[in-house]
Amino acid sequence: MLAFILRRLAQSIVVMGVVALISFMLFRYVGDPVASLLGQDSRLEDFEDLRQRLGLNDPFYVQFGRFVGNALQGEFGISYRLQTPVTELIMSRLPATIELAFASALIALVFGLSLGVFTALKPRSFLTGVVMTLSLVGVSLPTFLIGIGLIYVFAVELQWLPSFGRGQVVDLGWWKTGLLTESGLRSLILPAITLSLFQLTLIMRLVRAEMLEVLRQDYIKFARARGLSNRAINFGHALKNTMVPVITITGLQLGSVIAFSIVTETVFQWPGVGSLFINSVQVVDVPVMAAYLMFIAFVFVVINLIVDILYYAVDPRLRINASGSGK
Amino acid sequence: MRKLLLTASIIAIGAAVMPASAETVRWARNSDSLTLDPHSQNQGVTHTFAHHIYETLVDREVDGSLIPRLATDWSVKADDPNVWVFKLREGVKFHDGADFTAEDVVFSLDRARSDKSNMKQLHASVESVTAVDDHTVEVKMAGPSPLYPNNLTNTFIMDKTWTEANNAVTVQEAGSADDNYAVRNANGTGPYILESRDPDVRSVLKINENHWAETKPAVTEIIFLPIADNATRVAALLSGEVDLVQDVPVQDIERLSNTAGLKVETGPENRFIYFGYRVSEAPLKTSNITDKNPLSDVRVREAMHLAIDRNAIKQVVMRGQSMPTGVANPPFVNGWTPELDAYPEKADIEGAKKLLADAGYADGFTITLDTPNNRYINDEAISQAVVGMLGQIGIKVTLASRPVTQHSPLIQNEETDFYLLGWGVPTFDSAYVFNDLIHSKEGHYGAYNPSGYSNKELDAKIQSLGTEVDLDKRNATIAEIWAKVQEDRVLLPIHNQVLAYAMKDGLSLAVHPENQPRLYNITIGQ
Repeated sequence: MLAFILRRLAQSIVVMGVVALISFMLFRYVGDPVASLLGQDSRLEDFEDLRQRLGLNDPFYVQFGRFVGNALQGEFGISYRLQTPVTELIMSRLPATIELAFASALIALVFGLSLGVFTALKPRSFLTGVVMTLSLVGVSLPTFLIGIGLIYVFAVELQWLPSFGRGQVVDLGWWKTGLLTESGLRSLILPAITLSLFQLTLIMRLVRAEMLEVLRQDYIKFARARGLSNRAINFGHALKNTMVPVITITGLQLGSVIAFSIVTETVFQWPGVGSLFINSVQVVDVPVMAAYLMFIAFVFVVINLIVDILYYAVDPRLRINASGSGK
Repeated sequence: MRKLLLTASIIAIGAAVMPASAETVRWARNSDSLTLDPHSQNQGVTHTFAHHIYETLVDREVDGSLIPRLATDWSVKADDPNVWVFKLREGVKFHDGADFTAEDVVFSLDRARSDKSNMKQLHASVESVTAVDDHTVEVKMAGPSPLYPNNLTNTFIMDKTWTEANNAVTVQEAGSADDNYAVRNANGTGPYILESRDPDVRSVLKINENHWAETKPAVTEIIFLPIADNATRVAALLSGEVDLVQDVPVQDIERLSNTAGLKVETGPENRFIYFGYRVSEAPLKTSNITDKNPLSDVRVREAMHLAIDRNAIKQVVMRGQSMPTGVANPPFVNGWTPELDAYPEKADIEGAKKLLADAGYADGFTITLDTPNNRYINDEAISQAVVGMLGQIGIKVTLASRPVTQHSPLIQNEETDFYLLGWGVPTFDSAYVFNDLIHSKEGHYGAYNPSGYSNKELDAKIQSLGTEVDLDKRNATIAEIWAKVQEDRVLLPIHNQVLAYAMKDGLSLAVHPENQPRLYNITIGQ
């Protein structure tokens, strides 16, 4: 187990190094940060001067080396755009993104699981048909459209919920939370639904498919023959055996929910790291972009690790295999 | 029953969204002020926000004229044409209670023209600033500078003691590792005091009860809310969560003005949109004509001018929200005349084709047009329209569309044959256009002239504008330069941008030509 984790950690470091390298190579094609830093009134020598000061004239490998050196010391520089230390910027935006991601993951998991189980157990019900059709819509509509649609229905027409922002936040010192105020919770509803829809339908379809598969297995038939209650069969045996792929997908999706909340955050002006990233891309704020991509790589690496460890916990067969082969 | 209860409670929550009190204005635009340090960025959004907290010596009216602000009077010194004398307003206090004196002006102007300041270009010809007494300041220029006060409308005055006490004397520069106090804190003399600020989220300004102006602003609290996405920003206004939207997408103007309870104010912006092209002899880089440059022939440029239907661009691309023009100069600016502004009402395809044939390009030629796609209103769509119009006379244009951060370097490095650009004229004087767009690219001049256009006689005239004190003579020179620029078709102007502000009925705010609305000018009616 320990060896397994260590091996995974080593792989993770390689992954992050590669992400840093690739993103740095891409930055050269995003544009010239100096063009957006200096205004129309600036002279050519100002441009040259600033480029020199920012080290943009150095060869690629020098810039990359400098970045890695600083990053290893936890130093990501100052945002060109907001003139604030990048680490501080990301940390101050992170709570918003994490609260949004977990809220939407929760919605996706609760509704995805229950709808998945329902549609598997009652495959011929009329409601199942409705749910399955709607889920197709959920998978195929782009997030952007869903967000705007929800805003127009619930904020503009019905005026039930706010259309943008995070509402009132409470500062706990190290974490600004919107979960403790009414306006904060209300602001969370629309973005969380928007962000969760895709994962929700994905989980639902996955659970349904796995469940239908498991329900055909011999041990379920045997359990029925023994006269176990439906409840014990469906939830104690069938559902439990469908969980391994569900955990994998949910875990990985949680990573992408955090990473790709960009669209949702932009549509709802949610002050998280995703909208920070988009604003930074527009003005080629390299320090923020670099730090953000490293952060996202880190999130994926950590989540992957946790998912691998969870396998051990959920599926006894993996443990047997591991000990059986003497590792 | 439970469903009913749920619905009822949601409605109850909805009812709790309180309408803003008459004195609070929630103001949304597409991006946030970059910094509170007033000398660190020469950028419109940042200046607009700063104008509510800090003040300048002179200010610009909505009609473009200069008005007193912290300076009550300014004139060239009687016995020295190189010195500007500013009389300062008395009895003005900074937000922290300190007195505003000449010392603060000297300090602020020195800071604004210091090495790391982004405002220094506007003060490049200043030699020294001295305080004569507590309320008089003299600015010594390198030579006669008749228009220098025009450069002061965005140079804000800070308190010397406060800035020194907080170690913020040096301007924060991009990319440096130090964290500057003035970036996140403010102490001005302006009508509003910064109450809280969360960058990219919200900033709150409260009225300054001790402000010097006799009439107090109708708006007592401003909540500034950057909302990047167009649709969300408009939705926030429709749902009543904001009161004023500054950046209204052109496609929404009509719908918003037809919405009950909302109104839209439109007005011309001090910014024109134009096309530039390489006019030097060397062959174009992106054309099928490889032995010479078709655009070096003025007849070809004239043909392009005739082929473009500016009214069609206005109607179709801009949905009526633009002011087509035949001159690269907005109507507020000194040197503009209705005659220069005239443009062909309709495209003259036959005339254009004939000119092309006369120049020896009866079959047309190919060229690549570089356009930004996120900088000006519908910039890419304008370029697409022009591609079609030039196609009608046989000029086959390939469109290369890029974000502004990739587009600007093409122009600075002279890597483009044909490009779209917008230009604002913050000094409200034609010389600003000539210096950067018309003068040969050398030294401090011609920074945005990648066309290779170079006319020594014209250059000399342009340079003379900087020091000519006889205003009549100076205006005559400006007219001569414009005549030559138009004759040579150095630039291909399309239109002046029009700005639109959408707001709740009851609020009243005129469009500011530099898109720097002052919310203390809002009037509230019923």
